[in-house]
Amino acid sequence: MAQFTRRQLLRTGLAAGALVTATQCTRNQAPVGTPNNPATGPTVNTNQIKDVTLRFIGTGVSQINEIKQKAEEDLGFKLEMRALSTEENNQIAITQPGQYDVFDGEYFSLPLVVPSGNLQAIDVSRITDFDKIVPIFTTGELTSGAKVNTSQGTKPSKVMFLTDQNSTEFATEPTGWATLIPFQYNADTLGYRPDLVGRQIESWGELFNEEFRGKTSILDIPSIGIMDAAMVAEALGLMTFQDKGNMTRAELDQITAILMEQKRAGQFRAFWKTFDESVNLMASGEVVLQSMWSPGVTAVKSQGIQCVYAPLREGYRGWGGGIGFSKSLSGIELDAAYEYINWMLDGWVGAFLGRQGYYSAIPENAKKYMSQAEWDFWYEGKAASEDMIDPFGKKLESKDAVRDGGSFEQRMSDVVVWNSVMDEQPYLVQKWNEFVAA
Amino acid sequence: MLKGWKSIEPYLLVTPQTLVFLLFLVFPIATIFVVSFWEFTGYSMTPAFTLDNYITIFRSPVSLATYLNTFKFVGLVWFFTLIIAFPVSYFLAFHITSLRWQIILFLICTIPFWTSNIIRMISWIPFLGREGLLNKLLITLQITQQPLDIFLFSNFAVVLAMVHLYTLFMIVPIFNSMMRIDRDLIAAARDAGASGFQVLKEVIVPLTIPGIAIGSIFIVTLVMGEFVTVRLMSGGQAASVGSLIRNQIGSLQYPLAAANAVVLLVITLAIIMGILRLVDIRKEL
Repeated sequence: MAQFTRRQLLRTGLAAGALVTATQCTRNQAPVGTPNNPATGPTVNTNQIKDVTLRFIGTGVSQINEIKQKAEEDLGFKLEMRALSTEENNQIAITQPGQYDVFDGEYFSLPLVVPSGNLQAIDVSRITDFDKIVPIFTTGELTSGAKVNTSQGTKPSKVMFLTDQNSTEFATEPTGWATLIPFQYNADTLGYRPDLVGRQIESWGELFNEEFRGKTSILDIPSIGIMDAAMVAEALGLMTFQDKGNMTRAELDQITAILMEQKRAGQFRAFWKTFDESVNLMASGEVVLQSMWSPGVTAVKSQGIQCVYAPLREGYRGWGGGIGFSKSLSGIELDAAYEYINWMLDGWVGAFLGRQGYYSAIPENAKKYMSQAEWDFWYEGKAASEDMIDPFGKKLESKDAVRDGGSFEQRMSDVVVWNSVMDEQPYLVQKWNEFVAA
Repeated sequence: MLKGWKSIEPYLLVTPQTLVFLLFLVFPIATIFVVSFWEFTGYSMTPAFTLDNYITIFRSPVSLATYLNTFKFVGLVWFFTLIIAFPVSYFLAFHITSLRWQIILFLICTIPFWTSNIIRMISWIPFLGREGLLNKLLITLQITQQPLDIFLFSNFAVVLAMVHLYTLFMIVPIFNSMMRIDRDLIAAARDAGASGFQVLKEVIVPLTIPGIAIGSIFIVTLVMGEFVTVRLMSGGQAASVGSLIRNQIGSLQYPLAAANAVVLLVITLAIIMGILRLVDIRKEL
């Protein structure tokens, strides 16, 4: 990694030099202000914390200006948000640790980011409501017998804890040291246009159905797209996997061969990489059935076009996002970052994101900030007793609509696989490139 | 003293440009070259000297297919830009006699360049789509019953968008060459009894070749490195070397991406050297 520091130095000259010196100094002070010593908390001078600016990089909360404004108003310090794509986010997290204080990313990024040693462990004893966090993240279980308990892939609970404060090894059991603190997650599935499909879609296998030749699309992000492809192949009985979340080379060869065969036969209309691409493909009718993200479906609906986020019999592909701390964060900035997490979990953020269809890490806290009608619709799976309005004032659903897939428990229990980084990740990328080039 | 000053003066004059050149061209390329020999450990890269990245590229059937696909795009775009640019330049240079109109019409050629690349590309999407204007027109004229899919998210769309984006890069040098042709040569050819076609073939085309060569260099370098147009217009279904490199960078495989960039650079330079060997463009500069 040394070459980056060097390049940085050349590029930003003195500023970078000063930064290095600064982080060196704070690093020396680290033992005094360690999270283990709660006494540092109360001695924080409120005037001092006002001068703090936390630099976020991320794919989640960092994208939303309203959250930043509310946080600055409630907490009194400044936030600086850099909205990035998943790929850019990982790149910066791994290669430029000096560029950020807070990492806002997804759980499946952790097997790539944590080994770089650029994140510091979060002391869970400083997170007020940590024990209220949905157990999917901590123990990995939701309700007894739920499919999610035995789900495959980079399940958040597998990468949630580190063995020790200074470790870069994931712990198999909950410990006092967390990698990310979750704030949003969801169960993803296929979306379709009921007006153009003409019937109900109930299985992942439909994505390769000849009926929709030239009218389907798949996600062109290897770690996510491969999981959707695996769900389809498994549903059709084309192949089986030992562990979809950690495929062997032979399994990757086989699944990409299946994908290439479909591509050559003209099954796909396009591949999409960003949220708005998926919305445009669906809204324009170029594609009638595709892998989709929940807010993408609501965005199509808000244009007055019917779109269903299909609950499928094989289950959902889950994902989760959280925030973590840069290694260089310490002293008063670190205190501010802990304050931010506690604020984030308190419910306002959860309610805000909930109105777009995301789930909050602590649903009971989010409930405090949602109306009964909103809670019933988004979490309980009940018919909307009034129009559902998103946080930006746009109408998403009319009265009497029911959320696709039902309640929180129904949807999250049925997650069978998570977005994944596999041991054979470089090989996966190579095979994925082959698929795109085929 | 003065003599000493005189002897270092040219060096001083050339220093700023040399520094800029070293810092922004030589240094980055040298870095890419060095990194292309490094090792990739799954999430980071470590300094080393390994040829693995190059071996991976030359052994992989994907690289070959991707390079062939990129050459195909280069060939098609080159061909279509040339057959559009030549008549346009010819018309501007020889049929428009007033300098004022030449300037006005030339400016009209540049109007598409007043908007960004991405906008020009995206504007094709509603036109070419399944529910797009072109398909609606074809259905109304009863040329086809079903909307045609091949217009959008296809190689056709990629080539169309690139021709649209890059034709001006061909027009400018060809027009420039044509404007430099001594009009007396054409008059002499006519006096000697040459037909219009003979004038074109024996006088104008040979004298325009350096302009065509410069335009071709632009097209080759632009299309060889393309990835945005390819991605957007093919709906992510076609690959170019640029998009391959982008995917590798996206998954943090910098050494492999660097090796690919070096290979791409070498191939592009080889093509340009080939063009320069065929045509002496120096007399144009």
